[in-house]
Order: sequence, then C-alpha cells, then structure tokens
Amino acid sequence: MDAGLLKQLNAERRARRAAILVTDLEGGADRLIREGDEVEGELGEAVARAFRSGRSVAVEADGRKLFLNAHLPSPRLVVIGAVHISQALAPMASLAGYPVEIVDPRTAFATAERFPGVALHAQWPQDVLERQPLDRFTALAAVTHDPKIDDFALKAALDADCFYVGALGSRKTHAKRVERLLALGATSAQIERIHAPIGLEIGAASPSEIAVAVLAQVILAFRSRGREARGEAA
Amino acid sequence: MDKPAQIDEARDPLSIAEHWIEDGRAVAIATVVETWGSAPRPAGSHLVIDEEGNFHGSVSGGCVEGAVVTEAMDVLSTGEPRMLEFGVADETAWRVGLSCGGRIKVYVERLS
Repeated sequence: MDAGLLKQLNAERRARRAAILVTDLEGGADRLIREGDEVEGELGEAVARAFRSGRSVAVEADGRKLFLNAHLPSPRLVVIGAVHISQALAPMASLAGYPVEIVDPRTAFATAERFPGVALHAQWPQDVLERQPLDRFTALAAVTHDPKIDDFALKAALDADCFYVGALGSRKTHAKRVERLLALGATSAQIERIHAPIGLEIGAASPSEIAVAVLAQVILAFRSRGREARGEAA
Repeated sequence: MDKPAQIDEARDPLSIAEHWIEDGRAVAIATVVETWGSAPRPAGSHLVIDEEGNFHGSVSGGCVEGAVVTEAMDVLSTGEPRMLEFGVADETAWRVGLSCGGRIKVYVERLS
C-alpha cells in the first residue's frame, strides 16, 4: 500500500466518511473509493454492496482478484430530549452498538442522576451541533414535543443527511411541524425522510416500548442505507 | 459492547501505521482477506508491524500473530507482498494455527 493512500484513508475515517480501500491481490495499484464515487463494471456492484453492508470482502471483478476493505464510521444516535423515553432508549441503543448522546437545554430534565453514564448535554441543540456536527452515520430522534428545541435539530439532521431522522408527536402535531420546517427552508423531499409519528409500528404504549420501536426503526434505517428502503413509520 | 463513535488513535492500527511512517520507520500491514468457519477476526482486520517487530492490532485471537510478524520481516526486507494461510492448529506437529477450527488468509504488504 502507498503511504499517501493510507493518509487519505485515515483522513476519511477521522472525518467520519465512508471509504473503501481496494487492494489488488495480484500486485496492481491500490485505489481509494469514497462513498458516492462513480465506479463502473463488476467492481462498481461489489463496491455498492460493501458500502451498504459494511462488510470487507475478497472479490474477483473485471478479471482481477481484489480485496475490498470497507471502512464505515460507527453509527451513533443523537437524542433531542432528556425525557422518559430517552431514559430507556439510551442504554438499549448503546447495547445494540449505537452510542447515544442526549441534548436538552432544560436542566431539570438533563441531569446525571436521571441519565447515569450517558453522554448528556444540558444545552441548546444549536450550541451542541455547532461543536459536534451531525453526519450521514448519525441518527437523530427528536422527542421533546417542544418546537423551540426540536425544530432546529430536525432541520440540521435533514441538511446533514442523517441516515435516520425521527420526530415524536401525533399526525396533527407533525402536520404543524412540517409547516414550520418548510418555513425554515426544508424541501418536501427532506420532509418525506422524517419518521413521524416516530418508531416502527409494534403497538408500543409505554415509554420503554416506544424506545424499542425507535431503536428498531434506527437499525432498519442503518441496515438499509443506500437502498432508500425506509421502515414504515408508525 | 459499546463502540466509540470516533477512532481511538492510540489503538487504531492504521493510525499507528501512519504515525510510524511519519517517524521514518519501515512498516508492513497484514490484513485478513478471507475467513472460513469460526475465524476470530473478520475480513478487513489489520496487524501493523515495524522493522523491529513492534506490532499493533490483530488478525486472530493471538494464535498466529507471531508467525505473521516473522513473515512481515521478510516482506519488509524484500518488498514483495505475501499471502499467508492458516488453518486448524495441529498440536502434535507444533504447527502454528487456529485452535477455533477456522481458516484465514492474511495478505502482508509493505507500506511504501
């Protein structure tokens, strides 16, 4: 491998962008492919599969033996709202491999006592997201019910192309939210991406059950990245 | 099972390899490219080795790393990449292998 290529690969990984390093096992030149790059032929199909699954694989493509090392950033979940649902969602998501950060400017909600061991920001989403921007490997669930807190974060998640954007609230609440987001400059294609009402339809009733429904929807969205297949919003 | 969202540079083999190169060391990278059966580390896992035999990362559960480091020394001196294959450990023959019963292929190359 070329040291310059390694440097480029590491820069992509540090920036939390997906990349595949293609090694020619017969001694040809290596190649770095970023997600979204145009790749033709059999290699193109193999690359698309590897970006979707995150699995590294040896392939024979276009007459050459190649190894595709898929470097996908770890998924993470940002939850807007230090509410009852979040108390159940944080440990469950973390166990499932989706580290959680919770943002809520209401200091009565965002306390270490209510969220032991969870990365917690008792600040406005504007301030937190400026420091730690959202990206395509981040899921965002807005669960405060409060437009002052949720709306900015939802718009930011849509603009950052987060792999999952979910918002708590009834259909009526969501209809009003859509109007506000359109006024903030969101496109209707972006609005379509919001899972609202939030969570897979499993008949969830309690806060913990809603947390399960949200987590399942996040996992479905992550595992179907790039296929535009979206879970049916409950 | 929690995974950090950011790379842990002090333990990430590819970051370490980059720093070693910057320090002017010769570096080999070993990569698991194929696995069969119950292999301990998935395809894409790395072990990085410098010319003094220092290494970071893993390609198995510690079963074959020693052999990979030895091969990497040769790869560093010749510059020729090498494909290694490891199968089930044979205790009577004192051969290096995987006690888990899996098989792996490891590609070793010099970083240039």
